[in-house]
Amino acid sequence: MKASLTLGKVTNFLGLGFFITLKDLFTGKLEKEEFKNFLRKTIVPLVSILLFIGLWHLGAKSLYNIEAKFKIEKALQDQGQVAADALKTCMVSGESSCQPNTLPSPSQVWNSFQSLLRDHNIISADKAAFIEKTAAMNEKRVAAGKAAIVYTGRPSFVDQVFTSLQTVFAGFLLALLIAVPLGIFIGLSPNLKSAFNWFIQIFKPVSPVVWYLLVFMIVKTLLIGSTEDSSFTISFISVGLCSMWATLVNTAMGVSTVDKDYINVAKVLKLGTFQKIFKVVLPSSLPLIFTGLKITLSVAWMVLIAIELLAQSPGLGLFVWEEFQNGANDSNAKIIVAMFAIGIIGFLLDRLMLMIQNWVSFDKTDAI
Amino acid sequence: MAYLELNNICKTYGQSDGETEVLSNINLKIEEGEFVAIVGFTGSGKTTLVNLINGLIKPTSGTVLFKGEPVDGTSHERGVIFQNYSLLPWLTVGQNVFMAVKEAFPKKNKKELHEIVANYVEMVSLTPAINKRPNELSGGMRQRVAVARALAMKPEMIIMDEPLGALDALTRGNLQDEILNIWGKDKRTALLITNDVDEGIYMADRIIPLRPGPNATLGPEFKIDLERPRDKTEMNDNPNFKKTRNEIIEYLMDIGNERKSEAKEEYILPDLVPKDFVNQFKFGR
Repeated sequence: MKASLTLGKVTNFLGLGFFITLKDLFTGKLEKEEFKNFLRKTIVPLVSILLFIGLWHLGAKSLYNIEAKFKIEKALQDQGQVAADALKTCMVSGESSCQPNTLPSPSQVWNSFQSLLRDHNIISADKAAFIEKTAAMNEKRVAAGKAAIVYTGRPSFVDQVFTSLQTVFAGFLLALLIAVPLGIFIGLSPNLKSAFNWFIQIFKPVSPVVWYLLVFMIVKTLLIGSTEDSSFTISFISVGLCSMWATLVNTAMGVSTVDKDYINVAKVLKLGTFQKIFKVVLPSSLPLIFTGLKITLSVAWMVLIAIELLAQSPGLGLFVWEEFQNGANDSNAKIIVAMFAIGIIGFLLDRLMLMIQNWVSFDKTDAI
Repeated sequence: MAYLELNNICKTYGQSDGETEVLSNINLKIEEGEFVAIVGFTGSGKTTLVNLINGLIKPTSGTVLFKGEPVDGTSHERGVIFQNYSLLPWLTVGQNVFMAVKEAFPKKNKKELHEIVANYVEMVSLTPAINKRPNELSGGMRQRVAVARALAMKPEMIIMDEPLGALDALTRGNLQDEILNIWGKDKRTALLITNDVDEGIYMADRIIPLRPGPNATLGPEFKIDLERPRDKTEMNDNPNFKKTRNEIIEYLMDIGNERKSEAKEEYILPDLVPKDFVNQFKFGR
């Protein structure tokens, strides 16, 4: 009983409450009202998902036809009837080399997804074999004071996802470490507030691309002479600087608008400055700080792709860019797979933050 | 020398043109061990007066003396029970009280402090709810936590700003008795701000009406000569009680009427007569 209760809590936190109702449906514990609720929560989203895929399929098909028609006509004009017929039969046969290049259909995307997974399995196996092979040699090298040999093969799609997550978390941590303390200071002191206000207003709307260039200029000079790859450093700093504004503004606002009653309590109890900040001001502004952090994380994930793409640092952004440059017949489908991966991971990150917020914050009704 | 003394207190808010004098010429003396109630309409500046006494705000002119010393900021000697409970919602009942106790007795060790917390929470009979958060409690329970928090600091004087204003009659009566009980045990000085005349008479030794603001001043005091402990049902038949009660209410009513007659502007109602539909339709036939 207790286990299912906590399970219910977790799924509710994640916004996946319908799993529990689904369980109730099979165990026959559902009332009429609950059943309606169940329909709303499961059937409606499912129907809309199917509708979306259907529309996508039809759209992709018509785009395919436009592209195919154009190609055949072009072949007819340029090379004559024989070439056009050959192209037509080639297309119908499903031969990949002569497929028109357009929006991929859902089934193509699904196939690409599976091929990416297969690719991942192959690469992981390769990597494992490599590590096994070099283990003994590496031991000797380390003992001799030399650097170990590492696997330098191509990263798989799944590896790229994890690299991206690393970059985002590093950037997010940087944003958290800068924005929360700074926001607290700004919120507490009206002087600092007017000192920083212009700064925040001006830098907040700056685009990720420009942030990247700015960080690049600075880091490049700072790391002058170093042979190490600085692309990861540059991209995570850019992500952090780009996304920290929401947290900064929200923290400052939360801290400066603490309920007057709580401040009066702090005064009447004669709390010291530190006590006042840590026991009264911070807890009461926690909901707002978390709202800011939630926005920061989603912004970080959003700008990451653009920044990785510019910085050429490994990750999903680079994956998308390379696939686009590659132009293979399944490149478009792979880009769509990356798009869904980005969307779904973004959603999960948001839910994760919500879960932490619910866990930390006193106000259980506020967080949505 | 009185225990608490307010001399010619004035308090204004705003600047130059928008300045309003909320309190003017407040003089008040409270002796040690006394229970004084200040009764006034809402918006008459009661909370401002309380905040002046507990040191949250400073008077524009005049002095507040507590035991002969001018009040400068808040002090643990004067415990406050706020109108809106002002509990910290992220702390449990026990933690709310503990925070106050820890500040009031910095030298005691953790075990002693927890004992004090447990005692006072028990006193307001909230021991079963000690680990609950304020938003899980009813209004009456929250106010009891606020009472426990204020009293656990063992203040020499308790200042209560409409502490029972938001409660239903039954809870209100119970809490009145509880406060009186605690006050009677070690005879602390108490100042109660209220808008309920009966509550004032039931609890206080003296009642002082606050004439409504702006420019609020204190009216003449009314002594309550009733034996303690007082009994609510008996009190209703007591001629002394009836007399004092009528006097105070009459006084307050007079102030209210004065206020009304002070408003010089006359509102002329438009001269309208309802349309006679009946005759209109008869005419049509």
